Amino acid sequence: MGIIKAAKLVFDYLKYTEEGKEPEVNRAIDGVDLDIAEGQFIAILGHNGSGKSTLAKHMNALLVPTDGTLWVDSMDTAEDDDVWKIRQKAGMVFQNPDNQIIGSVVEEDVGFGPENIGIPTDEIWKRVDDALAKTGMISYRKHSPNKLSGGQKQRVAIAGVVAMKPKCIILDEPTAMLDPNGRKEVLAAVRELNQKEGVTVILITHYMEEVTLADKVYVMDSGRIVMQGTPREIFSQVDTLKKYRLDVPQVTLLADELAKAGVDIPSGILTIEELVNALCQSN
Amino acid sequence: MSIKLEHVTYTYSPGTAYEMHALKDVSLEIPDGQFLGIIGHTGSGKSTLIQHLNGLIRPTQGRVLFDGQDVWAEGYDLKSLRSNVGLVFQYPEHQLFETDVLTDVCFGPKNQGCTPEQCEERAREALRHVGFPEELYHKSPFELSGGQKRRVAIAGVLAMNPRVLVLDEPTAGLDPKGRDEILDQLKELHGTRGITVVLVSHSMEDIAKYVERIIVMNGGQKAFDAAPKEVFSHYKELEAMGLAAPQITYIMHALKEHGMDVDTSATTVEEAKQSILAALAERREKQC
Amino acid sequence: MLRDITIGQYYPAKSVMHRLDPRVKFVGTLAYIVSLFIFNSWIGYVISALFLAVMVKLSKVPLKFIVKGLKAIVVLLLISMFFNAIFTPGHVVFKVWIIQVTEEGLILAAKIGIRLILLIIGASLMTLTTTPNQLTDGLERLMKPLNKIHVPVHEIAMLMSIALRFIPILMEETDKIMKAQIARGADFESGNLIHKVKSMIPLLVPLFISAFRRANDLAMAMEARCYHGGDGRTQMKPLVYKKRDMAAYAVLVVYLAAAVAMRMIGI
Repeated sequence: MGIIKAAKLVFDYLKYTEEGKEPEVNRAIDGVDLDIAEGQFIAILGHNGSGKSTLAKHMNALLVPTDGTLWVDSMDTAEDDDVWKIRQKAGMVFQNPDNQIIGSVVEEDVGFGPENIGIPTDEIWKRVDDALAKTGMISYRKHSPNKLSGGQKQRVAIAGVVAMKPKCIILDEPTAMLDPNGRKEVLAAVRELNQKEGVTVILITHYMEEVTLADKVYVMDSGRIVMQGTPREIFSQVDTLKKYRLDVPQVTLLADELAKAGVDIPSGILTIEELVNALCQSN
Repeated sequence: MSIKLEHVTYTYSPGTAYEMHALKDVSLEIPDGQFLGIIGHTGSGKSTLIQHLNGLIRPTQGRVLFDGQDVWAEGYDLKSLRSNVGLVFQYPEHQLFETDVLTDVCFGPKNQGCTPEQCEERAREALRHVGFPEELYHKSPFELSGGQKRRVAIAGVLAMNPRVLVLDEPTAGLDPKGRDEILDQLKELHGTRGITVVLVSHSMEDIAKYVERIIVMNGGQKAFDAAPKEVFSHYKELEAMGLAAPQITYIMHALKEHGMDVDTSATTVEEAKQSILAALAERREKQC
Repeated sequence: MLRDITIGQYYPAKSVMHRLDPRVKFVGTLAYIVSLFIFNSWIGYVISALFLAVMVKLSKVPLKFIVKGLKAIVVLLLISMFFNAIFTPGHVVFKVWIIQVTEEGLILAAKIGIRLILLIIGASLMTLTTTPNQLTDGLERLMKPLNKIHVPVHEIAMLMSIALRFIPILMEETDKIMKAQIARGADFESGNLIHKVKSMIPLLVPLFISAFRRANDLAMAMEARCYHGGDGRTQMKPLVYKKRDMAAYAVLVVYLAAAVAMRMIGI
């Protein structure tokens, strides 16, 4: 079993419109099966409202399934007793950088998680130093989070999760509110954690450029997983992606358009280099 | 018939330890009917710049002219300026407050002194322009999806019948489809109503696809002010400012370096495709 | 105007005052305020002013910065001095229409003025040298005994520190929403009171919604980081009294004792 595994996962949001009336049922996740191996970089794609954020919240036991099961490191998230262990194993970074920082000094915020799980003071300091170093935020440790840029705030949030020594980090659209530079910063930090520390990363996003480096991509639509595969496999299906309200990077789109116009070019081009090589070889 | 900034300087908290020059001696003119893009990284002064366009902030130095009149002159009607120049802030859905969509969109026209009938007529027209479905007109704006809320908020400004529409990152946080829909509608508005559109965006791809002129802001100053092709040809300078050109620009330059005779000024996928196909055809002819 | 209020602001510097345990500073501020009411003579005020002057000097906070903070309370100060001056019966110095100023009134007004100024400077010195987090930590520890009578001390402290973090964010948000509504033709300034209150709706509704959304997000983020109240929680920066804190307490005791002694012998 992988670090995160879902079997026939179903989740319904209930909306109570009037008192005494039966609630409206809104199915956000509709039979999702997943098995994520430890150490992988996973991307989950989907348009707004496709159920990807709801799925993310299950991986941290913030939501529990209406039906089916989700295991984090072999622990069933529906078991109340394991909930704090699960949240320590699978840390979560959210979209809005302002709304997830609790401390008014960077280092104090990073220490918040370890404090909650009862780590001794000396060890907290070690972990905070370590987490700030790994996210490149050590020189900002005494700063007020309010004075940081969006990308820096998100790195502080990531450091806050890293300080809990999780096996897995789930990032729920961490770059949606950032500018291009902030986006790059955050992605670089996440990739480094994945490659150097072997932390499993689950990146939820709708920016296609961010998933080209993933080991595996899942595409969600109306609560289901509708596509899965390597980035190359996914990006070779430009028209299917469009159907799911997504697009591909310009280089992939251009390669696809050229192929449609009869140029001999392999499908699923991901980088400028690949396109240039393909075009220079084709006659 | 234009907006003109003459040597505008804006300083935050002048005379204190927090003094910061957000704009330094910026001059520019936005003629009627243009589709203009403003780019610049966070803190480059672009937000401060657009707030000058409808008189929300007063320049520390310099003048802002609308139709040739100084908007900060004694007795100038700033309210009429704000009717003429609509400003849509980033995440505009955060300003919605009414109990239903239609009433919220009526807020602007109501402030302009329209009769209830006129308000509703304008609101309906604005909502149609942003492609908002009629069956949701009487829903609470807070029950809508993110993309729909965004449309309502844009309609709220559009209903004031502005001649100039300024939008600060209108697509932030939307998914690709939602983004394309909103930008296409803006383009249509620009075409059919002849409205001037000023689009602030981080996405070079979007800017390249839609605008006819780009102003690049850097450190509170205008770094470039030219047509997209011209601006993106300076892609190395843009990178030094923490910006980038569209991916297409990089592709075309890479191809050129590898000896393909392509047009490096192409900025959209369609232009690039045509140029590459032409280059390939030419190569084939030579080989024959 | 709002910017001028230095009360509650933190002034970063490296000084003995900054390094003191927040509990000492909190207790010290209380003791100082009490002393201002124990002292009842000019010589007493001189002593308390000197004491404060030494503390300000030790804090390395520029006097200019502190004085700027007083500007915000000038009106309050003048009003209370004025009423004391005219409502105290006694020997009339001069009389304008039905308002009479007495000698006793003037003396009382001067005393009130001095006390208020010293009090404000004393209290702002605490917040200027203590980060909001240290302050809440200190309060939490000082109030810990109240836990026994089921006062949720930890929760109150957490609430305070979160509120302090979000105040600047919400201020910025208010400014943004206000500008957005002005761009839609809203008018927050003209009109009578009722009109003004009504015109606040387009500002207040979005602001409340945003505050609730932030609160909701934050609660979720805290839960995701294993926050489950004060039980079993350790601290990254636990408060431990050092020698200098004990010395500070000793100084405070001497100072208070002097005040009480002077009052008793009637100086």
